[in-house]
Amino acid sequence: MTARVGVVTFPGTLDDRDTQRAVRIAGLEPVPLWHRDKDLKQVDAVVLPGGFSYGDYLRAGAISRFSPVMETVIDQAKGGMPVLGICNGFQVLTESHLLPGAMLRNNHLHFICREQKLRVENANTAWTSDYEAGQEISIPLKNIDGRYVADEHTLDELEAEGRVAFRYLDGNPNGSLRDIAGITNEAGNVVGLMPHPEHAVEPLVGTGRTDGLGFFTSILRKLVNAS
Amino acid sequence: MARVVVDVMLKPEILDPQGQAVQRALPRLGYEGIADVRQGKRFELEVEGPVDDAALARIHEMAETFLANTVIENFTVRVDS
Repeated sequence: MTARVGVVTFPGTLDDRDTQRAVRIAGLEPVPLWHRDKDLKQVDAVVLPGGFSYGDYLRAGAISRFSPVMETVIDQAKGGMPVLGICNGFQVLTESHLLPGAMLRNNHLHFICREQKLRVENANTAWTSDYEAGQEISIPLKNIDGRYVADEHTLDELEAEGRVAFRYLDGNPNGSLRDIAGITNEAGNVVGLMPHPEHAVEPLVGTGRTDGLGFFTSILRKLVNAS
Repeated sequence: MARVVVDVMLKPEILDPQGQAVQRALPRLGYEGIADVRQGKRFELEVEGPVDDAALARIHEMAETFLANTVIENFTVRVDS
């Protein structure tokens, strides 16, 4: 049986269809989940895609964090279910305290949209095992609230435990502390990052690169090996 | 109905580029002598029933879990007289 990956749609989510397509291209079965679903339809993993859930009205990700679907996602993520948060999804994960720190307005206050070079720092997470530590990839970045912050103690802890999963290369696009583009939780099942791997999975569209496909093939490998 | 005000501000150590942008615009508008600006949020809550200790405790909890993100923000709760 094909592994099932849930893709959550909140009101204001934009990248759910691209994420479903990326999941399908990697050989997995995408399962659309609605923000009011408490039931995750027996998926093996969940992706929280990018966009502007609930209009980002209070803070990015703050209102979504209390949606019925997130109650179950938070619970199951703590039990080891793989969860990937991309952009707004990353903001939802920090607001949910599944990942430490918080996301703030870019230090230059502009919306930014460009191809972004990253270094994969941790290739031992559920979503990065098809990369190699130190590998450089290039995927699209598009956001206005992408500045990762945490207190010094948390940052030191993340560094010491190898939980900085991705770092920006060739310039920090938003003022993120220590050039952090993405992090993982202690267990490595929850990963969040600002740039968009789901927009770089087909040679014909987007950047023309397929550097983002590894996220989805990593989870395929993990889920198939586990079953 | 009583009004309770929740003020939310970024913690002092967190960079506030919005406040800085406002501060930099001030001299252009002829307002000199403002050394720093920080921008926050103010929530005005119209509360049904009495604003007793229990009601205030609930609002405090609401502010702590939802209105403010205490990783980056401080907040205060007060009854608007």
